[in-house]
Amino acid sequence: MNSDLFKIGGLELESRLLTGTGKYADDAVIPGVCEASGSQVITVALRRVDFESDTGNVMDCIPKHMQLLPNTSGARTAEEAVRIARLAKAMGCGDWIKIEVISDNKYLLPDGYETAKATEILANEGFVVFPYVNADLYVARSLVDAGAAAVMPLGSPIGTNRGLKTREMVRILIDEIALPIIVDAGIGRPSEACEAMEMGADAVLVNTAIATASDPLMMAKAFGRAVKAGREAYLSGPGARQRQASASSPLTGFLSEG
Amino acid sequence: MVVILNGKEIEVTADLTVLGLLEARGIGTGSVVVEVNREIVPEAAFGETKLNDGDHLEVLRFVGGG
Amino acid sequence: MSFYPICAELESFPLDERLAAVTVDDVRRALSSTICSRDDFIALMSPAASSMLEEMAQKASQLTLQNFGRTIHLFTPLYLSNFCTNHCVYCGFNAKNKIPRSQLEVDQLDVEAKAIAATGLKHLLILTGEAPAKASPEYLESCMEVLRKYFPSVSIEIYAMTEDEYARMVKAGVDGLTLYQETYDEALYETLHPRGPKKDFRFRLDAPERGCRAGMRVVNIGALLGLGDWRRDALITAMHADYLMEKYSEVDIAVSLPRMRPHVGEFQPQSIVSDHDMVQFMLALRIYRPRLGITVSTREAPEFRDNILPLGVTKMSAGVSTEVGGHTQNGEKVGQFDISDGRSVDEMCAMLKGHGYQPVFKDWEPIADSYSEDRA
Repeated sequence: MNSDLFKIGGLELESRLLTGTGKYADDAVIPGVCEASGSQVITVALRRVDFESDTGNVMDCIPKHMQLLPNTSGARTAEEAVRIARLAKAMGCGDWIKIEVISDNKYLLPDGYETAKATEILANEGFVVFPYVNADLYVARSLVDAGAAAVMPLGSPIGTNRGLKTREMVRILIDEIALPIIVDAGIGRPSEACEAMEMGADAVLVNTAIATASDPLMMAKAFGRAVKAGREAYLSGPGARQRQASASSPLTGFLSEG
Repeated sequence: MVVILNGKEIEVTADLTVLGLLEARGIGTGSVVVEVNREIVPEAAFGETKLNDGDHLEVLRFVGGG
Repeated sequence: MSFYPICAELESFPLDERLAAVTVDDVRRALSSTICSRDDFIALMSPAASSMLEEMAQKASQLTLQNFGRTIHLFTPLYLSNFCTNHCVYCGFNAKNKIPRSQLEVDQLDVEAKAIAATGLKHLLILTGEAPAKASPEYLESCMEVLRKYFPSVSIEIYAMTEDEYARMVKAGVDGLTLYQETYDEALYETLHPRGPKKDFRFRLDAPERGCRAGMRVVNIGALLGLGDWRRDALITAMHADYLMEKYSEVDIAVSLPRMRPHVGEFQPQSIVSDHDMVQFMLALRIYRPRLGITVSTREAPEFRDNILPLGVTKMSAGVSTEVGGHTQNGEKVGQFDISDGRSVDEMCAMLKGHGYQPVFKDWEPIADSYSEDRA
């Protein structure tokens, strides 16, 4: 029996690995990825229906037990994000929403201010809000005030797969912010997911690294294990690192005198 | 009459409902969300919602994304 | 919300048990933590850590250097008034003590302030006893009108006030609040403060928080070590600082380490905190929260103060007198406590420079005229 369940948005999840549906060469791989990774939460985007072509519906590839986490990708402002969120909710698959507000097309970095605005509006409407932001303490604090269910700081910019470039800032968020911290974006390798969990993150979201691996199923399995390993390492407490002997003169010698 | 569907102008018959428009294109009502002039139309109301000349329709669905 | 529930929980916390159970590995783990937990602080306060002081000192010294450089902030206290309605058993100003009582008039204050300013000091700490009728908020405001001319930074160490009163002080130009809980042991506190307004434990406990909310830039807390179980008071002090730092991240929180010293009166403290223990507490604090200010006053002897320079202290007093008007008037007045380090500002500066430290007189210059808005 798992006593370390991830409590979020009213659910109790066994897995701390969230996954996505973007960038797959073949969506048919998605059910296998969900099973191999053990993930229970999956992201989707919202787009206009293309009446000209029949590209198949990604929803057919998402196992029924998965909790859907639609994102507001495409939104450049809080207003747009709110609109997309409401549309996503109207699809009838729950009230979870990942807020992505990006008006920077070069690096795809999120706009923390607009994200906080959208978070407040949507949290008040009863959404379970997962805001995707830069690893910034002030932004995170405003998200706490706005009623977010978690904070999702980026590890490195979307799609770069550079790992935890923001690790120092993420560490600060883990220590200072009372909400679950879910590291999203930029995790390229299972070892990086493991490191994030070992630092104390509550969960990680991995999409690109799995979807674009040459063997997505095996990569999904590796990520599932890595997240578990990192979490267990965190829970069992790091061993004391032996300090190196210092050659400087004693600072406390004066205490033994007299 | 003319309505703007997902950003493109199209000719439709007068008195067309949202449901009618979707059915004509073979779109299942459960897999999409519809906005008419920025207002979300609940699935249950697809059959009663008549379109008017110049209406802006957005028909969206979930796709792959991260 | 208040610190009180946390304080109450910590008072019954099995501290002795936990301290005894700490191993050398636990201490090493605390020393290598990037951000220390409460358990890490307890490990650093333990008997196990007590025999690892040099290792702790190396870490504390490194952290102090990184966060504060080789600087010590200098200030001096100025006692405005020793009228007091409290009967605190450990204090020289106890209402029962038959000592000469006085309060500086504004013109006397001007003389004192000028003399202090002439030594180069720019940060003043003004003190009073608890006599709100005499050393009232109005009196303090009129003192601030004088003091603002000479000092860019003035802190108060007076009786506990309401949030509105603190706001008045801030408006008058006060930027810092120093207030010691004396002891966080509520039962002991009652016996130490048998009469007078200071008897109200909770009102005093919540006062630093009121100061934060009222706009104080610096809030300095502490317990008078030795009054009670000093390790427990040390633990609760650290947690109190933590509570304030987390809740009021824009306020500079600092801790003072006053140790019980001789004074007029017959009170004997529960324990005398040794130099070794005092240093352990300071090191534990520095390692626990690297950006916490640490103040050591002239209750401590010159040699001790000199030796602790690399160990975490950030603020020290100089040119001190704990008598009312003691900087200029040569009276046979009675001070609040006996001073061990009577060095002048010049002597302190020379000592600091000799040890490779820079004395800092001024941290900031107030340019926001929040206190002159009303006068416009």
